Amino acid sequence: MAETVYLLEGVVKAYNGREICHIEHLEVRSGEIFGLMGPSGAGKTTLLRLLNFLEPPTSGTIHFLNFSSNGHAAPPLELRRRVTMVFQEPMLFSATVEANVAYGLRLRQRSIKPGQLREALERVGLTSLAKAQAATLSGGEKQRVALARALLIQPSVLLLDEPTANLDPYNVALIEESIATINREMGATIVLVTHNVFQAQRLSQRVGLLLDGRVVEVGDVQQVFTQPKDPRTAAFIRGDMIY
Amino acid sequence: MEILGESLSQAWGLILHFDPYLGQVVGLSLAVSGLALVVSTALGVPLGSFLGLYHFPGRRLSIALIYTGMGFPPIVVGLFVYLLLSRAGPLTFLSWLFTPQAMVIAQVLIASPLVTGFTMAAVKGVSPRLHDQLVSLGATRWQATWAILKEARLGVLVAIVAGLGGIISEVGAVMLVGGNIEGSTRVLTTAILLETRRGAFDVALALGLILLALTFLINVALLRLQGRTLD
Repeated sequence: MAETVYLLEGVVKAYNGREICHIEHLEVRSGEIFGLMGPSGAGKTTLLRLLNFLEPPTSGTIHFLNFSSNGHAAPPLELRRRVTMVFQEPMLFSATVEANVAYGLRLRQRSIKPGQLREALERVGLTSLAKAQAATLSGGEKQRVALARALLIQPSVLLLDEPTANLDPYNVALIEESIATINREMGATIVLVTHNVFQAQRLSQRVGLLLDGRVVEVGDVQQVFTQPKDPRTAAFIRGDMIY
Repeated sequence: MEILGESLSQAWGLILHFDPYLGQVVGLSLAVSGLALVVSTALGVPLGSFLGLYHFPGRRLSIALIYTGMGFPPIVVGLFVYLLLSRAGPLTFLSWLFTPQAMVIAQVLIASPLVTGFTMAAVKGVSPRLHDQLVSLGATRWQATWAILKEARLGVLVAIVAGLGGIISEVGAVMLVGGNIEGSTRVLTTAILLETRRGAFDVALALGLILLALTFLINVALLRLQGRTLD
């Protein structure tokens, strides 16, 4: 049985009294790619922000490794630095690609070993653009820079928020391949948020469906896609519930 | 037009021969405004960043006070500093009235709200998503603030330039608290005023040209410090 990385119990996130997320129980296991599916506005990004401790839950508890977040308490920096997120729209600095990729390591005052930066760029197919200014890159290239930046810090947990939304098939393939490699070779636990059921099926070992801020169903990818327990899951997989 | 041409030619002569009187006035102007700008930057940039990035009780009031300070008439600032340092004021024991120190205090009070307000606007102009990204990458509060300041560097530069613009050409406050004493508190702006009143248009014009050149050169230097060219 794999170790539990995240355990959410009765976690509620509300803004101005409006509940955006209400997770009774959710577990993310060590070393897995957990695909979190759901339509736009289902609360997927809010859930990722909670997992990244970017904001505290309104109520409930988030257990992360040996830390339990109750109320506004955030984990200590060392623990927080074991998780990072790649956002749907990556934010890069007005600097070169390699400066952007190296940023996470610089924050940790760790020196970059020879070849480490090149290897990270190679993984996402950006070696030739190392010296390019980030502002000149296309959307897909920016997303790949964000991915390289995240993997260079070798996080225990990588949170991906719609990492291939609005990208062309070439960039989608490159990013999906990188995600699989990061999980396989680095052993990173990955939570992949996507509204693309096929992507969730291709990459994940376990998947969950989020609707209106609540978890409808969680299970092994094979089981959920072939024998969904909830009719809403079946409808979502068929493509009847994209809204 | 004839007077202007004649004055210009005489002014040019004074500059080329490096008149000692001009040198003394220019030196004091640079010292007073330079020190005031350094202090205002040291106060205004961190304060502006804090106001732009973090929410706390009383933030709105603080911002309102900064905006008020940005539009404060320099002569009123001068009067305020004068009263503080005068014989009846609480800071009379310093004996700083009619000294360069008093002029620096007045200029700091004029420039600091400008540097703070423009820095705040620059920092607020950076996408809040960058802050989230930085925290997500493991930045501490200080690291995130520094990275955002670097991202907003052109806006911060504008803030510093605005602070400089507010004091280098200011005349009312420095006249009031400095007294325009030759060899002691006479700076470019107060000297221009005096020389114009005396009818020494050549000297006034020379001082004016130097003031313009100085402002231009300082701005170019600041831009180059930021690693940017003028284009």
